[in-house]
Amino acid sequence: MNATQPRLRALACSGFVALLLLALLSGQWWLGDLPGRMQFDARLAPPGVDHWLGTDALGRELWARTLAGLGLSFQVGFLAALLGSAIALGLALLATLSPRLDALVRLLIDTLLSVPHLILLLLIAFALGGGLQAVVIAVATTHWPGLARVLRAELFQLRTAPYIDISRALGKSRGFILLHHFLPHALPHCLVGALLLFPHAILHEAALTFLGVGLSPSQPAIGILLADAMRYLSGGYWWLGVFPGLGLLLMVLSIERIAHGLRRAL
Amino acid sequence: MALDVRLALATLRRLLRLGLILLCVASVSFGLMMASPVDPVDAYLGPLVAQVSPEQRELIASRWGFDDPAPVQFGRWLQQLASGNLGVSHVYNQPVGEVISQRFTRSIALLGSAWLLSLLLGFTLGVVAGAKERSALDKLISAYAYLTASTPTFWLALLGVLLFSVYLGWAPACCAGPVGVPSQDIHLATRLHHLVLPVATLTLLGTASITLHTRARMVALMRSDIARHAFAQGARRADIAWRHGVRHASLPALTLALASLGELFGGSILIEQVFAYPGLGQATVEAGLRSDVPLLLGIALFTTLFVSIGNTLADSLYHMVDPRMRRPSKPRQTTP
Repeated sequence: MNATQPRLRALACSGFVALLLLALLSGQWWLGDLPGRMQFDARLAPPGVDHWLGTDALGRELWARTLAGLGLSFQVGFLAALLGSAIALGLALLATLSPRLDALVRLLIDTLLSVPHLILLLLIAFALGGGLQAVVIAVATTHWPGLARVLRAELFQLRTAPYIDISRALGKSRGFILLHHFLPHALPHCLVGALLLFPHAILHEAALTFLGVGLSPSQPAIGILLADAMRYLSGGYWWLGVFPGLGLLLMVLSIERIAHGLRRAL
Repeated sequence: MALDVRLALATLRRLLRLGLILLCVASVSFGLMMASPVDPVDAYLGPLVAQVSPEQRELIASRWGFDDPAPVQFGRWLQQLASGNLGVSHVYNQPVGEVISQRFTRSIALLGSAWLLSLLLGFTLGVVAGAKERSALDKLISAYAYLTASTPTFWLALLGVLLFSVYLGWAPACCAGPVGVPSQDIHLATRLHHLVLPVATLTLLGTASITLHTRARMVALMRSDIARHAFAQGARRADIAWRHGVRHASLPALTLALASLGELFGGSILIEQVFAYPGLGQATVEAGLRSDVPLLLGIALFTTLFVSIGNTLADSLYHMVDPRMRRPSKPRQTTP
């Protein structure tokens, strides 16, 4: 029982994410304009049979908005994790080429790691003026250093491996070794790293949007929904605050579990 | 004797590195500000922007050198910085240095108590969980840690307000004191009452990583030969955890807590925003939203210094506390 349980759990998580992904992807067309449609006779309706998760101050369905918001989060997280791990991989490979480049990359990593993430995110989002593109770039540029550090250490360890020495002795160029030995070794680590980046990227996107410097208020992002909920909190409209956050938590948690499972398998 | 010299040299090298990193942060953040689409004259004027004619705008631009090439402006800014002048914040109509010091003194109560509490709580939970792997308590604590590690900070704060302020009415939902009372008249107990909820939220989120880290160390110890030997001698599990485990796991926990000051500060930005607590985090958000460039730059530099000092302390702690690290025969590795 004990041996099968982690696998079962991983399967459940994968199933949940797959289901979520399917809902989010298909949601683009079957939700239509539902996240934005106003019902004037059902403003701030509590959760019930007619309105599954209740409605907001303009009478918009909360379940549709939450689903659309999770879709946006997923999109931003995916793009940012992809971009971030590409930067990390590129710089880690670059660092193996010469000690001087390595010093430069290490300085860059140390610089970015010594600014609090959220401050750097604010600065970058401010510089790029907000919006989807700015958020993706900001999240990607703040999240690569951790992964780059791991990949760099991994590659430096590999540099002393016998088969690299043999390859060098056979007269292979540095570029050949980079492409045919280092890159294939780093790719699986990079993939798991990207998956581990994913939840952080989603959480930071939501935080940035919540503070008002991320995605535009017209989009039904989770951060926007929760910032709206803040305004109606003292009136006791609990469903506005609880459900979008719960959706985000479930998504982040299941992706995190999958990533951990994969890392253990590696 | 030789040890002292080596320690001094290492400290010097760390300080130089810290200076270099601060310079890098200064240039990166200045570059970002230069790249931003916000017009510097608008940012300088703030709310007065409607009262100024185009000729006056030009006058402002030439007085402050907004038309100069970016490197010239950067040089001038660095010069000012070296003399301790951070500029004037137009959101608060005060010198940036004053804003930061005022706000930080308010934030430090929040940050400090949350830091200490999360260290203590996280360490205790980690030791208890790791002492007996796969026990019911371990599963419970691990599940709690994994859950809080993926909870959005501001959502937890929001739930806290909803439950404890709106429904139960136990704690105030806003600010550092009652509205309409001058800050010098607020009683200490009132201040503490306003701090309870923000500190609790920040603490809950900070414990997760320390708990997991400590637990991993404890589990490793309990599987080691040291523990097996002690078990063979008839020591009880609690004894081993107390005598060997706490010593084994305390230094890494402290180091991790020192190294995660950046996370803590990020959390405090979100929590101060939810609770409308007038600290440094709220000032950061205000500066970002209302394009107060000098304040934003000042805060970026200040928090970098704050986080770097934490990192440096974490690095040096090992050398100071653990005598094994000072053994001169240990060769320097390529990875830091």
